Amino acid sequence: MARKIKGDNIFKIITGVIAASAIVILLLTTYVLVNGSTLVFSQFGLGFLTSTSWNPVEGRLAFGLLPYILGTLVTSGIALLIGVPLSLGIAIFLVEMAPKKVRVPISYLVELLAAVPSVIYGLWGIFVLRFWVLNNLEKPLNHYLGWISVFSGTPFGLDIFTAGIILSIMIIPTIASVSKEVISAVPDSIREGAYSIGATKWEVIRNWVLSYGRSGIFGAIILGLGRAIGETMAVTMIIGNVTGPNAIPTSLFKAGQTLPSLIANGFIESPDPVQKSAYVGAGLVLLAISIVINIAAYVMVTRLLKVKGGAVE
Amino acid sequence: MSTNMKMQSIGLNAWFGQKQALKDINISIKTNSVTAIIGPSGCGKSTFIRTLNRMHELTPSAKLSGQILLDGKNIYDKDIDPVMIRRRVGMVFQKPNPFPTMSIYDNVAAGLRLTGTKKGRNLDEVVRHSLEQATLWDEVKDDLKKPGTSISGGQQQRLCIARAIALQPEVILMDEPCSALDPIATAKIEALVVQLKEDYTVVIVTHNMQQAARVSDFTAFMYLGQLIEFGYTTSVFENPRSELTEKYITGKFG
Repeated sequence: MARKIKGDNIFKIITGVIAASAIVILLLTTYVLVNGSTLVFSQFGLGFLTSTSWNPVEGRLAFGLLPYILGTLVTSGIALLIGVPLSLGIAIFLVEMAPKKVRVPISYLVELLAAVPSVIYGLWGIFVLRFWVLNNLEKPLNHYLGWISVFSGTPFGLDIFTAGIILSIMIIPTIASVSKEVISAVPDSIREGAYSIGATKWEVIRNWVLSYGRSGIFGAIILGLGRAIGETMAVTMIIGNVTGPNAIPTSLFKAGQTLPSLIANGFIESPDPVQKSAYVGAGLVLLAISIVINIAAYVMVTRLLKVKGGAVE
Repeated sequence: MSTNMKMQSIGLNAWFGQKQALKDINISIKTNSVTAIIGPSGCGKSTFIRTLNRMHELTPSAKLSGQILLDGKNIYDKDIDPVMIRRRVGMVFQKPNPFPTMSIYDNVAAGLRLTGTKKGRNLDEVVRHSLEQATLWDEVKDDLKKPGTSISGGQQQRLCIARAIALQPEVILMDEPCSALDPIATAKIEALVVQLKEDYTVVIVTHNMQQAARVSDFTAFMYLGQLIEFGYTTSVFENPRSELTEKYITGKFG
């Protein structure tokens, strides 16, 4: 008996240490980023966040992240705008409409999309998607709506728009598979209740299933957003990678830069300590954006549920 | 068949996949009466009641043949929209299933909103009237904004009845509405069932024979997917024609 209790205690300690290590790793990462970026913040202050210049030439050093912060937000925004409806459509189709023979293989294929290495999305983006987007979306949009600044410029295909589209495809597996689980978890008794008062299939899905699962679906979207914000390789291969004021996303049809692509492009070849610190600082800002979005999402979900009287667990 | 029959099943067969759940069921349901369907678990009584408002077909492998007449017209005709049938034939389920994301008020109003009734006095009146008819109004009138799931199980079941009533259906189907309730809540529902037949035609599935005897005018006894006996409740319970019925109602099996 005594031996058993001792074993339990050891198990408890081991699992406790492992659990704590997750927190330690996050704290250490933050520490490394903060420590590495003090140099750039001490030189440029808040200007590091709000400035648009980027000059690694000695004597004229200037580093500002604003274009890349905006680039990150815009590409992720495009990704959500396109990816969320597609993902929800997939999830709804799989749970509510597809016969089992179709549901299982398609679910598996959608999840397999997540296993494709991002460099392959990048290659496909460069060799295939780029031209398709250029000819079928960018040129027509530019031709008819070019007078709106976001569609202005000379479409080229390797730009913010295509990067956003690649991201939208990359976040589909995350959002679709989590939403699928959420929708499957909606009790049939709710669907039956809705059908019994004369709801059509579409009304059952819109007014009951999505409403019941909204917090879970919102969580799925945030997971997808997290992936879009942090995605590096595919974006770097497609977005054009410009620096300085040029990288401000004034139009979707111009080359841009995101925080991850900025870091990936420059970090290796940055001999200057201030420049190196600027890349680490970009990493810190990226981490901060991710954390802020996650916290905001958490707050929104709890508030949403409170407003509705805590009806959904 | 006389005209005071609200619904009739004619040669009704139903399947789940290869398994036949109903075999040649012929039942006539009289207007403004309570018809009880009794029988042991798995006898097909729930399947039968779900064919009456076309809920049966929502189960993926479900199939059906035969006819269900509502006011003499087959509800399985090709030109009939099941949504319209479900508005005319309401349903209350075994386990109370108020919509958890909606308030008590919205639970009752949900069906009307689907048909386009907007906010306002008219909707308020229907909600109140439905809750009154379901004998729930006095208990919830100050809490209409609370979630439908915040009240007790018995109240939730009456809320589900109010939800069905709000659409002014002609028939109300109840699939073992008391099986998840305590005796006091059960007594309230039973009293309500008897009241409801003034305005509606009620079909109630129950595994509780005393309940069938207390609330119903007609009783159908089903066994292994077949209709064994159907008639006035008093005669089914006092002079059953079939030996099987007698065995069941005297508790020898089931």
